[in-house]
Amino acid sequence: MKIDFRHDVDQVLEDAKMQRRPVLLDFSAAPM
Amino acid sequence: MWPDERVARFVSQNFLPARVHVKDDPQEFKRYGERYKAPWTPTILELDPDGVEHHRIEGFLPADDLLAQLMLGRARMAFQEQQWAEAERGFREIVEQLPDTDAAPEALYWAGVAPYKATGDSASLKETARAFTNQYQDSTWAKKASVWR
Repeated sequence: MKIDFRHDVDQVLEDAKMQRRPVLLDFSAAPM
Repeated sequence: MWPDERVARFVSQNFLPARVHVKDDPQEFKRYGERYKAPWTPTILELDPDGVEHHRIEGFLPADDLLAQLMLGRARMAFQEQQWAEAERGFREIVEQLPDTDAAPEALYWAGVAPYKATGDSASLKETARAFTNQYQDSTWAKKASVWR
């Protein structure tokens, strides 16, 4: 299983509000 | 630290995962870094559905410790929303499944507080203080629980 990190953070926060789901926000510098 | 199967499963089941990358998304990194006061990497924030931060993990952690911290954050979110039974369950899972992690003594402490908040019965606090005499004796959380004896 791989985590599907999204990069459209504004939209993720909107979706979370609508779906009542918590968000995990990763501030990263790791090689992509 | 993300490839661990247990970490990936826990994150996917419990969160909508999002990432801002310091080099690939510099503007977003700056904007959200300022909004959440998170200038360092790696930093992981656990936000409730309204975008309010409930837990943060700063710096690298090996998989077991990362998983325990993620679980701790999820349980703290339930605790802060006064979902006492769900919070207790989350804290106990850490103690039972990942007892050797740094998060475990903290989880043991809060696993005693949650049922007290639910019922007002201090038995769970006394029981927790007793548990700290057998495990994690040198932890900060054992000191904090010592007043319940």
